[in-house]
Amino acid sequence: MAGVVQALDGLKLVIFGAYAAGPHIGKVLANYGAKVVHVESRERPDGFRLQYPPFKGRPGLDRSACFSYFNDSKYAVTLNLKAPDGMALAHRLAAWSDVVIENMRPGVMERLGLGYAALAKEKPGIIMLSTCNMGQTGPRADQPGFGSQLSALAGFCGLTGDPDGPPMLLYGPYIDFIASSLGSAAVLAALDQRQRTGKGCYIDVSQYEGGVNFIAGAMFDYFENGTVAHRAANDDLQATPHGAYLCEAERWLALSCWSDAEFAVLASAMDQPALPKDARFADAASRHANRALLDDVLAAWCRPRDAEATAALLQEAGLRAHLVTSIAGLFTDPQLVHRKTWRKRRHPVIGDQSYYFPGFDLSRTPGDITGPAPCFAADNHAVYRELLGLSEAEYDALCKEGAID
Amino acid sequence: MLLSGRVVLDCTDRLGWLAGRILADLGAEVVKLDPPDTDRSAADWQAFNINKRPVDLDVRTPVGRAELEARIAKADIVLASVQPGTASVEIFAYERLAALNPGLILVAISPFGLTGPRAEWKASDIELMAAGGAMSLAGEPDGAPRRISVPQSPPWTGSQAAIGALVALNERNRSGKGQLVDVSAQASIVISLAHAPAFFDVEGKEPKRAGTFMTGRSVTGARFRVFWPCRDGHLNFIIYGGAAGRRTNEQLCAWMREASADLGPLAGIDWKSFDPTKATQAEIDAIEKPVSVFFLTLTKRQFLDGAHKREMLGYPVSTVADIAGDPQLEARGFWQSVTGPDGVVRRHAGSFAVIDGKRPPLVQYPVDSRQKPSAAKKAVAEETR
Repeated sequence: MAGVVQALDGLKLVIFGAYAAGPHIGKVLANYGAKVVHVESRERPDGFRLQYPPFKGRPGLDRSACFSYFNDSKYAVTLNLKAPDGMALAHRLAAWSDVVIENMRPGVMERLGLGYAALAKEKPGIIMLSTCNMGQTGPRADQPGFGSQLSALAGFCGLTGDPDGPPMLLYGPYIDFIASSLGSAAVLAALDQRQRTGKGCYIDVSQYEGGVNFIAGAMFDYFENGTVAHRAANDDLQATPHGAYLCEAERWLALSCWSDAEFAVLASAMDQPALPKDARFADAASRHANRALLDDVLAAWCRPRDAEATAALLQEAGLRAHLVTSIAGLFTDPQLVHRKTWRKRRHPVIGDQSYYFPGFDLSRTPGDITGPAPCFAADNHAVYRELLGLSEAEYDALCKEGAID
Repeated sequence: MLLSGRVVLDCTDRLGWLAGRILADLGAEVVKLDPPDTDRSAADWQAFNINKRPVDLDVRTPVGRAELEARIAKADIVLASVQPGTASVEIFAYERLAALNPGLILVAISPFGLTGPRAEWKASDIELMAAGGAMSLAGEPDGAPRRISVPQSPPWTGSQAAIGALVALNERNRSGKGQLVDVSAQASIVISLAHAPAFFDVEGKEPKRAGTFMTGRSVTGARFRVFWPCRDGHLNFIIYGGAAGRRTNEQLCAWMREASADLGPLAGIDWKSFDPTKATQAEIDAIEKPVSVFFLTLTKRQFLDGAHKREMLGYPVSTVADIAGDPQLEARGFWQSVTGPDGVVRRHAGSFAVIDGKRPPLVQYPVDSRQKPSAAKKAVAEETR
C-alpha cells in the first residue's frame, strides 16, 4: 500500500526464533506496517522451512507453505553467530531494532551474549520478549516441547471430544497462536510505555500460562466451586439443542437455542410446532435432560437439507445457526471474502499463495499483507546495507568470513 | 505498568471480555460497564473481568446514554460489543462518538464484523467455532465435528481485539487521531487453525478431523497414536523421527528397561536410523503395543516428571485439577489470591506476562452501583436546550 502511512510505520523488530510462537508476532505487527527482520543461519534455518508440509512439489528451503503462511510481509536474513564477526553483527542488528523477539530455550540468548541486560546496556529503551513452553523460570523452565502437545498439558485436548471417549487432537500447535496473540499485545503495550517514558522492558511469556488464560473461567470454577470441566461432545449447560447436525452432501450445520422462545421459533421453522408442547422439550431443563432424543429429531430434520440454505433460513427467523465451514470453504465464505481475510501474493517459488490477514480492521490505517514470505536469506543485502547502513565493503567482508552466510 | 494512565471503557459481552482483561493486566484502568441486572457471580464473568472496575450502567436509557458519552469523552479506548442489525450499532456509531473525542479508539467486537452480507447473523460459541473452520478440524474422522467444551471463540476474539486496540493506540501516539477497529470473531478464530488453510490453498488437500491419530507423517499412510490411556487419564505422546524423536524414543526405552517393562520389538530398533516417514502401519502398531502397556502403569504426574527429567517430548492430557496442582505454575506465581471488597479471597489465573521479572498483581474492585447523574443530567439538560 504505497503512499498510505500504516499504523506501525517506523517500528523495527528483529526475530531470533523459529517455528510459530515468536515469529508469528512479527507477522502480525508487519501486517500493520512494522519492519520485521527474521534471522536464520544456513546451519539452522527456521524448522518450518524444511520439516513442515505442505511443500510445493518437494521439500526445499523456499518450498514450505507452512513457513510462508506464518512469515509474510517480513525480511529474511542470515547471520552465523559462530563466525568471528557474527556476534558483533547480531548486536548491531539488535541495536537497530526497537523490539527483539526470541523463542529459544531459556538461557540460550544470555549464553550467546544477546540477553536483555546486554542489549539494554547497548540500547536503553529496547523491548525484548521471550516466549517458550514453560516460561523463563520455574522447575520445568528447561523443558522444550511442541505446541501441539502443550495444547494437551494446558487442557484443550482433554476438553475436546465425547465424555466417554478419548481426548481429541486440535490441528497444529493451537497454543502457539495464543502465545503470539498475547505476546503481540504485550509488545504493543510496552511500545506505548516507551513512547511516554522512554523506558524499555523485558517480557516473559509462558505459552502454557497463555493457554490457561484462555480457560480462565473453568480454572476459577474449579478453585471456587470444585467443578472439573470435562469434554462434553457439543453439549452446553445453558442451551439445548446445541450441536452440529449432518446435512446433505456431507456438510454439517451448527445451531443452538438459548430460550424457550428460540426453541419455539426453531420448531416452527422445522414445521413441527408441537415440539415445544411435548413435555420432554417444554423447558430448558427438560430439553437438556432429553437432549439425545432432541438431537435425533434435529438430525432427522437436517439430514436431507442443504446446510447453507438451512443456516440462512434459521438466521432469517432470528436464530443462531451456521454451516460447519470446511477448510476449503473458508476461502469462499462470504464474510471472509468481504473482509479480504485471504490476500493472494506471489511467492517466488511457491507461486500464488493466500495469506491470512488478522481478524481486526483499522478504519484509517488498514494495514495489509505487504508481500509474500521471504525466501531464505533473500533480504541480506537490503537489510544489512539499506536498513542497517553497512558499507558495501563491510557487507562483502561479512559475507566472505561467513557472518552473513 | 506498561499501560498506566490509559483509560479503557469496556462495554463488551462475553465475546469481548478478554480484551479488557488483557489491557487491565498490562496496566490500563479498565472500567467495565454492565447493565444493572448483570450476574457478576458467574465463574466466567469473574475470571475475565477481574482487574476491571465494574460499574452499573444501562446504556439503553437516556440517562445511561448520557453517562456513557460523558465517559467516552475522557477515554482512550472503548471496547464495545456490537451486533449489526440492533440498536448497539447506533449507540456505538464511531462518527458520532469521535465528534465527542477525536482521539477515541473504538473497538467494535461482533460475531462476523460490522459490514458484509452476513454481518447481521447471530452466533454463540458453537456457530462461531463452526464458521471459523475450527470445528471441521476437531472430532473423530467418522463422527461429528466438535467444539472445545470450554468456549474458545471469546478468548480468540478478545485477544485479537486487544491487539487491534493497541495497534491503534500506537498509531495515535504519532498522529493524535483515533480510529475504528472492526473485530470479527469468525475471522479471529481462523488464526487458531495454524497452517491448515495452506494445505488446501497450495496443494488442494483439505485437512479434516484427525480424531486421536496423527496421519501424514509416513509415505505409507501409517497412523501414529497421539493419545494413550494411562493409570489416571491420558497422555499425549508421539513416536517422532528426527533428532528430537530419537532422544525421546531412546529415553523411553531406557525408562521401560529400568521399570522392567517388556520392550518387545522396541528392543531391536536402532533409533539413529529409525525413519517414521517410511514406516508401515504394521511396524508402527508393533512398536506402539509395548509402549501402550507401559503407559498404563504410569500416572499423568509420573509421566510429566519422568519426561521432564529425561528430556523427552510429550505431556499428559491435563484436567483443570491437574493444571491447578502443577508445581511449575505455582513456582512462577501464576495463581493469584485476590481479596475481594467482601473480604473473601478468590484464586485466579494471573496475568499472562511477567514484565521485568514481576507478574503484575490482580485487583478485585468493588462494584460501583451508584447512580451518577451529575454528568448525565448536565448532558441531557444541554441536549434539551
